Amino acid sequence: MKQIDECRAVLADPYGYAESLKAQTGGKIVGFFCSYAPEEIIVAAGGHPFRILGTGEKIRRAETHLQSYCCSLVRGALEDALAGRLAFLDGVLFPHTCDSIQRLSDIWRLNIDRGFHLDLVLPVRLDSPGARRYLLDVLNRFRAELGERLGTAITDDDLRAAIALYNRIRAALTQISRLSGDRPGLLKGSDLHQLTGASMIMDRGALAPLLEEVASELEKAQKGPGETERKRIILAGGICNHPSIYGFIERAGATVVGDDLCTGSRSFTGLIDENAEPVAAIAQRLLERVACPAKHRGLTDRADHLVRMAREQRAQGLIFFLLKFCDPHAFDVPYLKAALGEAGIPSMVIEAEDRLPADGQLGTRVEAFIEMI
Amino acid sequence: MAEPDEAKEKRKIKAVAKMKEIMTAYYIEAKTAEQAGKKVAWITSGGPVEPLIAMDVIPVYPENHGAMIGASKMGIDLCEKAEAMGYSSDLCSYARADIACAPVNGGPIGGLPRPDMLICCNNICGTVLKWYEVQARHFGVPLFILDTPFCHGEYTAEVARYVRGQIDEYIAFLEKVCQKRFDHDRIGEVGRLSVEGQRLWQAVLDTAMNRPAPLSAFDAFFHLALIVTLRGTQQTVDYYRMLLAEMQERVAQGIGAVPKETYRLLWDNLPVWYRTKWLSEKFAAHDACLVADTYTSAWCGALRYVDENDFLRTMAECHTRIYLNIGIDQMAAQVMEMVDKYAVNGIVMHSNRSCKPYSLGQYDIQRMIQEKKGIPTVMIEADMVDARSFSESQIDTRIDAFIEVLKERR
Ligand code: SF4
Ligand code: SF4
Repeated sequence: MKQIDECRAVLADPYGYAESLKAQTGGKIVGFFCSYAPEEIIVAAGGHPFRILGTGEKIRRAETHLQSYCCSLVRGALEDALAGRLAFLDGVLFPHTCDSIQRLSDIWRLNIDRGFHLDLVLPVRLDSPGARRYLLDVLNRFRAELGERLGTAITDDDLRAAIALYNRIRAALTQISRLSGDRPGLLKGSDLHQLTGASMIMDRGALAPLLEEVASELEKAQKGPGETERKRIILAGGICNHPSIYGFIERAGATVVGDDLCTGSRSFTGLIDENAEPVAAIAQRLLERVACPAKHRGLTDRADHLVRMAREQRAQGLIFFLLKFCDPHAFDVPYLKAALGEAGIPSMVIEAEDRLPADGQLGTRVEAFIEMI
Repeated sequence: MAEPDEAKEKRKIKAVAKMKEIMTAYYIEAKTAEQAGKKVAWITSGGPVEPLIAMDVIPVYPENHGAMIGASKMGIDLCEKAEAMGYSSDLCSYARADIACAPVNGGPIGGLPRPDMLICCNNICGTVLKWYEVQARHFGVPLFILDTPFCHGEYTAEVARYVRGQIDEYIAFLEKVCQKRFDHDRIGEVGRLSVEGQRLWQAVLDTAMNRPAPLSAFDAFFHLALIVTLRGTQQTVDYYRMLLAEMQERVAQGIGAVPKETYRLLWDNLPVWYRTKWLSEKFAAHDACLVADTYTSAWCGALRYVDENDFLRTMAECHTRIYLNIGIDQMAAQVMEMVDKYAVNGIVMHSNRSCKPYSLGQYDIQRMIQEKKGIPTVMIEADMVDARSFSESQIDTRIDAFIEVLKERR
């Protein structure tokens, strides 16, 4: 599909893409971390939201700022910033996520003097009476601060238009991922990965129609022959920027029928109410969407979600894909594995840094797991 | 040259015995709470303990438990047990050790008493949130989370309102779990005792401004226990009054923590619990005294925001603006204040792989201090409880080299 090729090209060189976008449109590029960043507000301000994931280059400069026991996302992003590879950014937004991102923000603010720097300290406990009010307060503050940095006053109409655009994007991604789960073989897992990956980088105005075309083409396409034989796997965890993981799973005779990844479904689940006050509506989605392990919403929220998803997708197994040194995710593994086990869903854990562990070994582990289930 | 026994005896801090007595009695009380009809709450070290005291709930500190596990050298075993339960070896070793203890009542005191509730304040890290979730599922007891937004810069009005609102929610939570009314007069009294305890603790630490310093950070690590666990009680106030008097007496007599104090150093980060003796002897052998540290002073650092006559309101700010919940530039500024105040010649930083909020950013803090204060610093790679991350030969060499630098600068 040509749309997928387009996304693949964007993801092959996201920095190059952002640079040329900036050159062509003169737009302001606002980097961000974390799927809790209110991208809609950035778009409403006329900015271009760009998710920073690092490029996996060797860590040299960041070595003098961050110890080796820090996750590769944080180290890699700082490395790119210090090396000047992110010079195209007009500013960066740091939503508070974990202890590592919190310190990355400090280090960045003190060492990178290019572009503006905004922190967005979101509530951690999402199910408290005060959290909604506080979230609304910080989003409104962000709206004002960002507008100031970008030299514009963000109106409610701007916000509504951005919300409508994001609803189109998220609805299309939801539909695509549902179709690919329902009809395995229709869309390769790695292709879905290209689409979601590009959705955090590409010009959102161009992205929405692209995704809608993909969705309607898939809707029309026929189910591939024999694909029902494949075992059905859910992929869960944090950041995944290793499309090759899908290859391992597919070569082992299985297919990814759903995900709970920060760079996957967690970034696009949930639509925003277009009729409500816009900032309140954005807050509402953030409070209700599938939570990340660095946030709290009940004691079994994530287990319930994974078990539900596995059942709905008729998955036979689940693979956790975790970044080494990522505390929030690592803490959840034992209880999630236990809850899945009780529901009859076996699981395995893959831990990686910016590079995947040696090919042979990973392939063998995935194969053994898929054979077993 | 070995110190004569008499001088060594004189150098020992007498209050140690009292402290051991109080802590033993405290753990016995906590472990027999059920028989006495009292409730037990597990609480994080930066958590709001005063309302618990006002409600007659016994606070228990898993982090203090972690420190005991480390000091009794049971860390490796328990950390390995947690790893066998599926917890990554990269997680905080306090959390790992405590999680491994819970199901088997392991550790130096046969496990902590079963909690009736869990109180988690995330002002120190995100780890405690995950750790307390694990324990809340394990014990099946209610969990209260006090969410204190990180302050990269200013303490904003929305943060103040958010945290203050949660204090009311906390009180309602306690009333529900304890099934009795919260006594607002009592909290006033507990608040005053808490502030008095913190002031006394600060005064104890401040005696180290003297030359020689009557106590070192290694002593402070030990005497800290009460201000963490029993803040807000008369007993704590009495104890620190006694300790302060002893320190003042030592100052009057010129008794130092280190026999020939030549270098005055500052320690950053948590102690290396299983090696405090080795480290303290190592520095003493070089005539170096750790006269201040960023860790034990964290329990009185919030004094600047407190109003003891309006305790509940100012509690929100005190808990939100503690040392670990602020930006590294603010942390560096506080360290530099301490460098001046205690006339420090050099800094020893423990890069602690367990504690990301404390350790990530240390390199930048180190550079800021070197630039602004021009004093040497050394970085020690270790872990507070998991001794597998401690390389004696490497640390030994580093400290020797550091002292050489200090020597040259004299
Ligand atoms: S991968 Fe984990 S540790 Fe790294 S920034 Fe994300 S949440 Fe934090
Ligand atoms: S040592 Fe650090 S990570 Fe562990 S509980 Fe304490 S503050 Fe949190």
